[in-house]
Amino acid sequence: MKLTLKIWRQKNAKDAGGFKSYKLDDISEHSSFLEMLDTLNQQIMNSGDEPIVFESDCREGICGVCGLVINGVPHGPGRGTTCQLHMRSFKDGDEITIEPWRADAFPIMKDLMVDRSAFDRIIQSGGYISVNTGSARDANEKLIPQKDIEKAFDGAQCIGCGACVAACKNASANLFTAAKVSHLVVLPQGKVERSERVINMVEQHDKEGFGSCSNQTECEAVCPVGVTVSNISRMNREYARAKVKNFFNATRGGDKCKK
Amino acid sequence: MILDSKIPEGPIEKKWTKHKFDGSLVNPSNKRKFDIIVVGTGLAGGSAAATLAELGYKVKSFCIQDSPRRAHSIAAQGGINAAKNYQNDGDSVYRLFYDTVKGGDYRAREANVYRLAEVSANIIDQCTAQGVPFAREYSGYLANRSFGGAQVSRTFYARGQTGQQLLIGAYQALSRQIGLGNVELFCRHEMLDLVTIDGHARGIVTRNLLNGELATHAAHAVLLCTGGYSNVFNLSTNGMGSNVTASWRCHKRGAGFANPCFTQIHPTCLPQSGPHQSKLTLMSESLRNDGRIWVPKNKDEKRPANQIPEEDRDYYLERIYPAFGNLVPRDVASRAAKRMCDDGYGVNETGLAVYLDFKSAIERMGHAAVEKKYGNLFEMYEQITGDNPYETPMMIYPAVHYTMGGVWVDYNLMTSVPGLFALGEANFSDHGANRLGASALMQGLADGYFVIPNTIGNYLADFLNVEVDASAPEFEETLKNVQDFTERLLNVNGDKTPQFFHRELGKIMWEYCGMSRTLEGLNKAIDMIQELRKDFWEQVRVPGDCKDINQALEQAGRISDFIELGELMCKDALNREESCGGHFREEYQTENNEALRNDEDYSYTAVWEFKGLDKEHELHKEPLTFDYVKLAQRNYK
Ligand SMILES: Cc1cc2nc3c(=O)[nH]c(=O)nc-3n(C[C@H](O)[C@H](O)[C@H](O)COP(=O)(O)OP(=O)(O)OC[C@H]3O[C@@H](n4cnc5c(N)ncnc54)[C@H](O)[C@@H]3O)c2cc1C
Ligand code: FES
Repeated sequence: MKLTLKIWRQKNAKDAGGFKSYKLDDISEHSSFLEMLDTLNQQIMNSGDEPIVFESDCREGICGVCGLVINGVPHGPGRGTTCQLHMRSFKDGDEITIEPWRADAFPIMKDLMVDRSAFDRIIQSGGYISVNTGSARDANEKLIPQKDIEKAFDGAQCIGCGACVAACKNASANLFTAAKVSHLVVLPQGKVERSERVINMVEQHDKEGFGSCSNQTECEAVCPVGVTVSNISRMNREYARAKVKNFFNATRGGDKCKK
Repeated sequence: MILDSKIPEGPIEKKWTKHKFDGSLVNPSNKRKFDIIVVGTGLAGGSAAATLAELGYKVKSFCIQDSPRRAHSIAAQGGINAAKNYQNDGDSVYRLFYDTVKGGDYRAREANVYRLAEVSANIIDQCTAQGVPFAREYSGYLANRSFGGAQVSRTFYARGQTGQQLLIGAYQALSRQIGLGNVELFCRHEMLDLVTIDGHARGIVTRNLLNGELATHAAHAVLLCTGGYSNVFNLSTNGMGSNVTASWRCHKRGAGFANPCFTQIHPTCLPQSGPHQSKLTLMSESLRNDGRIWVPKNKDEKRPANQIPEEDRDYYLERIYPAFGNLVPRDVASRAAKRMCDDGYGVNETGLAVYLDFKSAIERMGHAAVEKKYGNLFEMYEQITGDNPYETPMMIYPAVHYTMGGVWVDYNLMTSVPGLFALGEANFSDHGANRLGASALMQGLADGYFVIPNTIGNYLADFLNVEVDASAPEFEETLKNVQDFTERLLNVNGDKTPQFFHRELGKIMWEYCGMSRTLEGLNKAIDMIQELRKDFWEQVRVPGDCKDINQALEQAGRISDFIELGELMCKDALNREESCGGHFREEYQTENNEALRNDEDYSYTAVWEFKGLDKEHELHKEPLTFDYVKLAQRNYK
């Protein structure tokens, strides 16, 4: 198939960047979207220019590193990640626009590559269970109902791609943050640290410059693995609960101080 | 090079306990005087960095991806083995040990494998405590499934995303230590060389992939957790970024490379769809439980698969191996598919595929039952190929999946360079000539959570209060070396892309050092690779410069290492005049086309020492002895 591509090119984080047009002549409909870009890059390199920078690794929809806005939609048409998209989803002669994720908290590094380290810092602020290696009890000691495992999985399966942020008008990372809060809090072993965890993670989320959630659910619509917005509701409840608890602890602590 | 495996004395079930007791300890307040570099954040590196930091060591963690969570371990699907015997079906540490040595076709070290089986149960406990959502029964107890090469159910899993969930567990533990300030994290940093001082590993040189800056980092020990080298074949199931550079450059600094020719080829992958193919996708092996594999009887068959009548189909696995049929082991199934395609019976536009058909399964079990069991996989297949497997047979072809060979290590996981350790798929240690399903995840986490924290002290104890810092001249020299190498790559200024050379190398490796190997073919391959290396250094063109994000430059460096490794793999395959596990030499097979081992002459680990680029590698042999497992020939007829 023949295609016209309008691709975002930007030299570095400071450069203003802009779209550049490319033509491709002979693309197989069996090729994946990223293989189509590989072909374009070979063509660009053969003509002596610098290839377009984009990221990918697993090309199976699990590592979460690929992620392009295709014709205005994060990860393009259909469910799944950019790497899972195939050219048979397009028609001969199509014009396709390709851009990076756009969000203040995800600065563009070059062309289609962005910096998502803000996600790592959110996890570092509390997205874990504090257990040192070697101190664990037998895994069957605590029984966990299947439905709780399923609920935990709904959050745990997040691949950290950032499509939720790219789709959100406010560039909020609530779905990402909530996925981790939920994953851990529905499991018995994750309950002990639930209050500090949710407060620290939400604060870090805000500090990174992600926007707030206005319940438009665009995030859920583009999530390639199907993380649901019910996780956000759970996070909000957890947050409120933790704040109330902190408030009472503080007043009680305060009382103690007075004595 | 002196190879001392340092296997502890005593009966096999006591070795590890005794070794831990005999080993030197570093007391808690002294641990923070030691700096440790961990390269890689997959299951091996992530778990090691987190655990060492919990113990009090000062850790620097490096990876090439933008986040530790994206290491290739994330892609593992099927599961992780552990000798928990929750199913009460006769499993035990001893049985897991036995199965692994046997599955590896008797080319692994007994003591290491026993230890792996011994710590396996702790892994499941540790991961569960971290919040890994392993599958559970309705009762709330952990569920298990069975996997190839075992007669017991010992595989734990988290839907079809076990690798992802285990890695997220390790990543969370690592993130906690980063948050606490015990680990300094360097993402998008590629290790490009090892710094040695007086023969000891004392640091690394890295390139910051965002701005090209080269830097040196000093430490008392360096841990290589950089994964496998399947991408030497260009097309494999590994991620695009998986590479051998860190291991290979350590090899050039004195680390022996063991059994490089032991590679695993997985029979049920999606076939190539054309020349644009960038990587291959694994389909779960469980499909072979109900799917039937066949090719058309006529070479010039033109009809679509679902219109070819029964009498014109050759269910060749059922025909050749009536006892095991479609369930023969991975290597046997892979080779049979290749033979059919080489003989001209292959399907697909490329002629490089065979059918995997669910027609009889649907007739026998009903559509709903097949959907319940394989629904996800069918969906994934349809997403990639656009074909509906309920209506038309799937097409599959074998693909390179895992490398058993790797950097040689002793019982402490230390390489032949003191102070340099290797963990996970990067080392050669536990799987012999063939790895059983669900055992790589187990090994990576065993190495990182439970082995290295207990063995590294033995080495470090001697260096208490010895300062290491990057001001020694060796650091500057090594950095200069990397700089020169980078400039050389940029200055070739030829007319071919790095990818061109990767494709060419892949074709040679797959043809001559893939599923089956011959004396003639391997000799030819060695010549071709030497030629390719020459061409690479005359004709490659790397655009852009070194002070910027430059993916072509990253790729070119990795490909140059793959080319050198490819040659050594062929030499190793040439040297091993027997067939075992994933290594099949056509000259050495039984009447039934099975691998014919030669225990008399080849019961050893081949460890190669680098002597200089245009000099021959030197072969060292670590003899393997089997005191517990009885050697036997496999038979699947
Ligand atoms: C598709 C697929 C499915 C699989 N399924 C299973 C399964 O079901 N069960 C099972 O047991 N095994 C399975 N395996 C095998 C298993 O996943 C791997 O062997 C294992 O995860 C390897 O872990 P690792 O930590 O050694 O390396 P990796 O996870 O590959 O990590 C390598 C790390 O090293 C870093 N790195 C590499 N080079 C450099 C460098 N030069 N500088 C800095 N950092 C570097 C990378 O950034 C990465 O962080 C599967 C493999 C594949 C490909
Ligand atoms: S490349 Fe891994 S999710 Fe797309």
